[in-house]
Amino acid sequence: MENRSLVTISGHTKDKIMYLIQMAREFELHTNRKLLDGKVIATLFFEPSTRTRLSFETAANRLGARVIGFADPKITSGTKGETLKDTIMMVSNYADIIVMRHYLEGAALYASEVSPVPIVNAGDGANQHPSQTMLDLYTIYQTQGTLENLNIYLVGDLKYGRTVHSLLTAMRHFNPTFHFIAPDELAMPDYYKMYCQQHGIRYFEHKDFDAETIKDADILYMTRVQRERFTDLMEYERVKDLYLLKKDMLSLARDNMKILHPLPRVNEIEYTIDDTPYAYYFQQARNGLYARQALLCDALGITLEEVRNDQTIQR
Amino acid sequence: MIVQEMRVAAIKNGTVIDHIPSEKLFQVVNLLQLEKMEAPVTIGFNLRSDKMQKKSIIKVVDKFFSDEELNQLSVVAPNVTLCIIRDYKVVEKKPVTMPEELINVVKCANPKCICNNEPMKTRFRVLDKQEGILQCHYCNKELLLQQVKLL
Repeated sequence: MENRSLVTISGHTKDKIMYLIQMAREFELHTNRKLLDGKVIATLFFEPSTRTRLSFETAANRLGARVIGFADPKITSGTKGETLKDTIMMVSNYADIIVMRHYLEGAALYASEVSPVPIVNAGDGANQHPSQTMLDLYTIYQTQGTLENLNIYLVGDLKYGRTVHSLLTAMRHFNPTFHFIAPDELAMPDYYKMYCQQHGIRYFEHKDFDAETIKDADILYMTRVQRERFTDLMEYERVKDLYLLKKDMLSLARDNMKILHPLPRVNEIEYTIDDTPYAYYFQQARNGLYARQALLCDALGITLEEVRNDQTIQR
Repeated sequence: MIVQEMRVAAIKNGTVIDHIPSEKLFQVVNLLQLEKMEAPVTIGFNLRSDKMQKKSIIKVVDKFFSDEELNQLSVVAPNVTLCIIRDYKVVEKKPVTMPEELINVVKCANPKCICNNEPMKTRFRVLDKQEGILQCHYCNKELLLQQVKLL
């Protein structure tokens, strides 16, 4: 049987990405369906992630599937010494598809190699988080009407932030210009700068974060500078407030500019910005639902054509 | 050359691993677990060589190595020559080259990789044979050949 698992979208072609965006668009138009009626979806969270889990479970529920699983690794038999393979083999007897989050890198790929049912990666350590990337791409497409030729500004933790790395690699098909704004300690790793060079992606690096720097942005992608990332806490105290977005920094912004953030936000976007037309992070989170509906259906072998001709739409 | 060969006695049947860089010899000995062998093993250390300044050589009687063992060998000492001997004659001579993929040969350096936390085979892509760069199939971390630990 063809392995329909979704471990990463880094290998997806441009056509495949656009196909999934079209499918997510169908789910945005008609969210509630019975397309997965009779299916059982397992959500195995070996590491807690409330947002991602709620989003996947909502996606499953709104398509009529039933959900089993666990949200807290403390209650799983992994703590009793069971291997990941055994857990996957056991659950695959019950479920049609397994959504899994794991703290170890490569866990989803390994699970997809041993599992008789498709695996959807909901994050494996610092490695991959494809549903986040998919919802980011969908949001950019939704707000700009295209993915082509955009100016994308990435701000904050560019060293450890896997969302920004995945976004960067997925955008390689669309001729983007990237701007990296980060403190030295959290700068974009050389590996990804080399990746940009190899794929002809233009990029610029900035230390300053002000109205002038971001005036040409189509997308301003904010991330959280996390205290636990710093070896030197003095350095953290020094830089933690340098990369906060304040309302007056939007004075020169383009009309089409949208601010995204993978959430949770702490203080990196001033709360008064929420009421401006630039703020888009809550809609972005909502798009996670449509993107995950598309990813679940695709992994279960349901085509865009079938989604478009779906007779189970609940009106 | 003949004199050189005679210094480490000829064998009737078995395997000769030639052109081992001398500094790698004892690693190869460990890797092939020669200390556990019952059959006669001849080891020549720091011999003169036309190709290399100093080489080492191992002759093992009645032993023919599996492909898996040879893949491991390619990681420790790339470019050694392997001679299969039958009835005092070299019936096959092949350079040991690194495969495109190493399965269950080396250990991933990333403690948070699934392959270090689950009873499973490790798997590495060989990205660059010249520079000796490997990449873990699971966590995608890159690894330099000089730094690898064998399983």
